[in-house]
Amino acid sequence: MFEIFRYAFIVRGLEAGVVIAILAPLIGIFLVLRRYSLIADTLSHVSLAGIAIGLLLKINPVISAIIATSLSSFVIEKLRLSKKVYGESALSIFLSGSLALAVVLISAARGFNVNLFNYLFGSIATVRAFDVTVIGILGTSVFVLVVLFYKELVFVSFDEESAKVAGIPTGLINTLFIILCAITISVAIPVIGILLISALVVIPVVAALQLKLSFVRTILAAEVISILCVIAGIIISFYLDLSPGGTIVLLTLFVFALTFLRKMLP
Amino acid sequence: MQNIKHGETIVELTNVSFSYGDNIVLKDINLSVHKGDYLGVIGPNGGGKTTLLKLMLCLLKPNKGSIELMGVDASRFDDWPKIGYVPQKAVHFDVNFPATVMEVVLMGRYGKVGLLKRTGRADVEAAKVSLVKVGMESYSNRLIGDLSAGQQQRVFIARALASSPEILFLDEPTVGVDLKAQEGFYELLEKLNKSGITLILVSHDIDVVTNEVTELACINEELVYHGNPQKFIKDDYIEKLYGKGVKFILHGH
Repeated sequence: MFEIFRYAFIVRGLEAGVVIAILAPLIGIFLVLRRYSLIADTLSHVSLAGIAIGLLLKINPVISAIIATSLSSFVIEKLRLSKKVYGESALSIFLSGSLALAVVLISAARGFNVNLFNYLFGSIATVRAFDVTVIGILGTSVFVLVVLFYKELVFVSFDEESAKVAGIPTGLINTLFIILCAITISVAIPVIGILLISALVVIPVVAALQLKLSFVRTILAAEVISILCVIAGIIISFYLDLSPGGTIVLLTLFVFALTFLRKMLP
Repeated sequence: MQNIKHGETIVELTNVSFSYGDNIVLKDINLSVHKGDYLGVIGPNGGGKTTLLKLMLCLLKPNKGSIELMGVDASRFDDWPKIGYVPQKAVHFDVNFPATVMEVVLMGRYGKVGLLKRTGRADVEAAKVSLVKVGMESYSNRLIGDLSAGQQQRVFIARALASSPEILFLDEPTVGVDLKAQEGFYELLEKLNKSGITLILVSHDIDVVTNEVTELACINEELVYHGNPQKFIKDDYIEKLYGKGVKFILHGH
């Protein structure tokens, strides 16, 4: 069964996949608890526009995606705070707006040489050695920042007003968090795909929440679910020649169903 | 208004006005809270009680006037560990949030610990002491969502106490808490006040509050009354505020 590791692209896919599997629930737990799950979807569509711009300008699409998502996440947060636009409306505007931009760019360029399908649904083959380095560096930075600001992120997610009264710089924490979301989603796109990334961010966390554990243990449970599903998904999809992104998401859904049924049953 | 002997002023509002757009919520409020006071802030719904609390906590900025916390202008105040805040639970709290009682109470230490630092043994000890104060020490590993409303409210008080505050602000703390638990709750507040903590309690429950607090502020856009709660009852302020025919029940105290 270990012949799989003789293929360099599979090893690269697994390396990138594990980094993404670690990051997704770490960001996902705060998104889910703050009722921000839709942000993941919106930012992934923004990243499609970023990728299209990158392909058009011939710069690394992961990098252009990060720039596009970070800038948009910043504007979305400002719009939300201004209260002039409803939070969900701000997300809808960005989701459909960036999709429109991406489609226009793609049609204007008469299609790109790179198969855009790979970015939509994820592909191990699109992960290049350079991408693994970028994913590794950015993934480590996101991880370190979440750990450094862990207690503030928890407090702000639980009760933003009390956090503010306790002297927590809530504005700074919110801005930092949404930029970390943007980076995580952008680096995950080559493997998981634009249309499926929000599932990896949300489902392992929702599954872990069914277990009714403490905050720390909920994160750990979500990490275990996410990492196992990503590794199993990549290996299964390799042998059965399936889409890795789709396989991974279906596995996380299966785990969610198990945890949910376990809670339902006496 | 009656003069009561006071310690030093720790919250002072001078000519404070606040409005949302054209909608005036508070007008020319002058109010001093002194060390050791147990102030009840009452008034009709929409009268501006919660707004007043949020102004004192710097969650809102006044359109006019000034607010001082412990002698410092509220906008420049940064000694937040000295302030404890118990929010209106029903509005602020998600019962499915995966946190144990200990994790919630430890949040009360986060401001004191500071950015980029981790909580340590001293913080866990302080959290335990706070839980003992509210009688919830045996629940520290339970999930907050699994407790009764009254128990959850005690945990939120423990969180507010964890930074050893000098003032405790409470916003409608008994909403959703059953009557029996409320009784114990007010006993706890009295005990905290006697231990030297200044209390500012916002409540719609005039009946109970007037019997518990040592100072009363009645807000309906303006400061209608400030002083001794017994005099408030005697002088029929209730009628002025809520209209004639409002029945008012006195508890035997």
